[in-house]
Parts: sequence; structure tokens; C-alpha cells
Amino acid sequence: MIAPSVLAVLVFIYAFILWTGFISLVNWNDITPNYTWVGLQNFGRLFQTPRFLIDIRNTAVFSVFFLTQCLGIGLVLAILLDQRIRGEAFFRTIYVLPFAISAIVTGVAWKWLMNPSAGLNDIFDAVGLDFLQNRWYADPNIGIIATSIAAAWQMSGYTMALYLAGLRGIPGELRDAARIDGASGVQYYRFIAIPLITPVTFTAMIILGTISLRLFDLPAAMTGSGPAFATDTPAFFMFQTTFQQYRYSQGAAIGVIMLIFAIGLIVPYFLSVKDEIER
Amino acid sequence: MSLAMRHTGRVVLYGVLIFFAAYYLLPVYMLVLTAFKPFDRVSVDQMWNLPTSVYLESWTRAWPLVAPNFWNSVLITVPAALISSFIGSLNGYVFAKWKFRYSNLIFMLILFGIFLPYQGILIPLVQVLTFVHLYGSIPGLILVHCVFGMPITALIFRSYFVTIPRDMLDAGRIDGAGFFGIYWWIMLPIAAPAFAVALIWQFTNIWNDFLLGVVVLSNPSLAPMTVAINNITGTFSIEWNLQMAAAILAAAPTVLVYLLLGRLFMRGLLAGALKG
Repeated sequence: MIAPSVLAVLVFIYAFILWTGFISLVNWNDITPNYTWVGLQNFGRLFQTPRFLIDIRNTAVFSVFFLTQCLGIGLVLAILLDQRIRGEAFFRTIYVLPFAISAIVTGVAWKWLMNPSAGLNDIFDAVGLDFLQNRWYADPNIGIIATSIAAAWQMSGYTMALYLAGLRGIPGELRDAARIDGASGVQYYRFIAIPLITPVTFTAMIILGTISLRLFDLPAAMTGSGPAFATDTPAFFMFQTTFQQYRYSQGAAIGVIMLIFAIGLIVPYFLSVKDEIER
Repeated sequence: MSLAMRHTGRVVLYGVLIFFAAYYLLPVYMLVLTAFKPFDRVSVDQMWNLPTSVYLESWTRAWPLVAPNFWNSVLITVPAALISSFIGSLNGYVFAKWKFRYSNLIFMLILFGIFLPYQGILIPLVQVLTFVHLYGSIPGLILVHCVFGMPITALIFRSYFVTIPRDMLDAGRIDGAGFFGIYWWIMLPIAAPAFAVALIWQFTNIWNDFLLGVVVLSNPSLAPMTVAINNITGTFSIEWNLQMAAAILAAAPTVLVYLLLGRLFMRGLLAGALKG
């Protein structure tokens, strides 16, 4: 039971990765398998495909906006909830609630809210913030930012929970010592708490980074590729290439690029938590 | 700091907290609001208007539309969550208490599965499932969720079992219990909290999964709820109020579990982050 299950996981991950790598180097770009070796041709073609270059840019823009929102909102809310708040559990429950909801349902709700001619735009109009009105995912220039807002709605509460656990893990004596030394609340967070929870920021960045890299459900539910591929992602491109156009080798090449990015994120992370694993 | 200033500070503090509560509840409010309106009142220009009367027909019409997929999701999620938690408990026990050569390395290799972009393995996955005649079937998707759920469940159980003192194992060994004896008589009975955390986590993840479902089980009559919702909301032929009601039905099980068992849910959430 143990050896077979461990073996299954290792095969399903690593043998499959190797096989994907192999497929990316052959010419299986049709419905029938074709294992003719073509070297890096699929990768060469990929990097000359405008859609893929847009996808890479989208992933970069998405991760910057997504991480900024999650880490910013997460840290602020965690610090606020750390102020001996009456009804803390109530607020915390609401903040983390979106994390229990699937990205598909999240997409349905935000697609409605970000309707180019209503939804949030109505709210901005009502409170006099008209300059914030825009066409959201229907605007090719900011479509992916609209997606990041919906994604951050889901994950910022999660980030808050990570930060709050970090803040609660700081020994009470440190806080008391800071107060006795005359540190204000702001100084306590600025000079003691936030530096101490740097590992949380690091962990959150890795987790949110891998989410950015894998972004698929939300664009699928909200917009698909969007206007001029404004909300397209490598994951969505891979899915369409492989399972709708049956260009398996081309899809495998996208998968390999995504794996390389993922390994680039995870290896440093694992090296940093290695001691914790090995205790 | 004067008392008045402190008072103002508290008011601002609660104001910000309430503002963010509204931000998190707004999309949920929008879904519920729309689902209780008849179709002639859900147009874009009256999006924010409250319903004039509580309209329940969206629900009675949405449910038959997605009920088969709802039950598919139950059929997929419940066994997959149970099996992956059970296997995770065994593996967590091994990696916590029975160190062997390269066990830490193998554990890390397994953990990579938590962060793996599935696009890197989907093609071989489909090939293998087709080869063993499980592609496009519910058991096939259960198998996939069991395998890819194992990294996180092994992590949850391992983190729990490392806190169990060695003495308890040694006591078991003196009493003549072996590898499985110790697992069965000593570890399993005290692992209830870890089981609850793993089960809730797996239930939520598998219920909410879309990618594996749409790849392995895209046949509309067998597809899980997330795939059905995506199909429904992608067509213009189905009324918005029905789409929203169906979306709420899709979210209800995991939201209920979260609201009822929030503390255990949070523990799973923190377990996924190795450090923090």
C-alpha cells in the first residue's frame, strides 16, 4: 500500500514529466500519434507565436498585480485583526470565505460584477469615483488586471490567514519588551513583527507565484482568451492546443516551459525549508 | 495618546475591517441577489435593484439542470477524499517515523506534486488512462485525484505524526507490534484531528477542481459540477438568474463545510504552507 502509492505518485509526476518532454521533441501535431524526432522545432515555433508571447507577458503582469494585492491586503488585514478585535472570528471567517469557493464560481460572479456597462462601474459612479470606471476584461490593455482582481479576491484572505498565523507565532514577550522600550504599535510592526514574518512573505510569494503560473480556471470561466488574447494564459493556450486542436507536441512544449518556470520557483523554496523537512 | 484619539483610531480600524468584509461579500451578494430575481429583472441596467418579490423559480429550474453533475461530483469527491486521506495517513506515518535511505529526498520529490503545473503531465495522463480504459470515467478521475492528492495529505499527516513522541512507538514495539501494528493500534487512533483536516482539505480541493475534471471527464453527462457550471455560463441560451442559482448550488457544499468546520479548514490551509 505504501510502496505502491509512493511509486504511483513518483511515476505520475516524474515519468510523466519525462514523457511530456519527449513528446515536445517529436512531431505529434495531429490526432494520430507520430513519434518522429524534430528536436526543438516545437519550441522554436512556440516562441514565434504571438499568442504565446502575449501569454508570457500576461503571466508576468498578472503575477505582479496578483501578488501585490494579496500580500498588501493580506498583511494589512492581518495586522488589523491582530489588534484584539471584537468579532475577530467573524471578520476572519468572511475574509477567508472566497478561498472555499471554486475559481469557476468566482469567475461567474466577477464576470457579472465587471460587466463593462454596469456592476462595479455603477458603484464607482454612485460614490463619485467615475475615473475608476473602465471596460475591465473587455479592454485589451487591462484585461489581465481585471482577472487579477478576481483572483486576489479569492486568495488575499488566504494570504491574510498565513500572515495572521505568523504574527500570532511571535512570542508575546517580544511585544511586551517593545512596549516597555517605548515602541509604538506602528514601530512594533515596522521594526519587529514584519521583519520576523519575512519567511511568511517568502512562502506566500512562492505559493501565489505557482498559482499565477497555473492560471486556468478563472479565465476559462470569465473570458476565455479575451479580446486580442488579453486574458489568455499559457495554461489556457496549452489546453486549447492539446485538447481542442490535437497538436499534442505543441501543447507538450507549452507544458515543458511551464514546468521549467515551476521548478525555478520551487527548488529555491524547498532548499529554504529543507531543514524543517529533515528534522 | 489621548483617549479621544484612541477612540477615533478604533472607529477607523473597525471601519476598514467592515469595508473589507463588504468587499469579500459583494460578489456573493451579487450571486444571491440575481438568483432570486425573475429573468425579466436581471438585465444589466437593473443589476443592483432588489427583487420586488422573492422569486424561487430560478432554483427549481436550475436544480434539474445541474443535479446529475452535482451527484457526479459527490461520487467523485467523497471516495477520492477518503482514499487519498487514508493513503496519506500511511505515507505520513512512514515519512515521519520510519526513516530510510533517501526518505527525505523522496518526500521532497513527492511534495513537488503540490505545486506541479498539471499541464506538464496531462498528455501522458490521458494516454495512460486511455490505455487502462479509465479515461472518461468517474473511477478514472477518482484515481487521478487520489494520486495527486497524496502529496498534500502525506504532508498533513507527516506534520502531525512527527509531533508524536518516539516513546509511544517504542512502547508499541516492546508489546510486539510491528510496522502495521503500530500504525493500526497506536498512530491511527490518535490521528483523528489530522484525518479531519486532510478530509476537509481534500473535499474542498476535489470538489472545486476544474482542470482535471475537464480533461479527464469532459463528457457532459459524467462531468463534475465545476465543468457543468462552466458549460452553462458559457452559453447565452441559459438565463442569468439560472446561471447564478446553479453557481450557488456548486459553491454550497464547500462553503457549508467551511462555515461549519472553519477551524479545521484553517489548519489545512496552514499545512499547505511549509513555513509560516
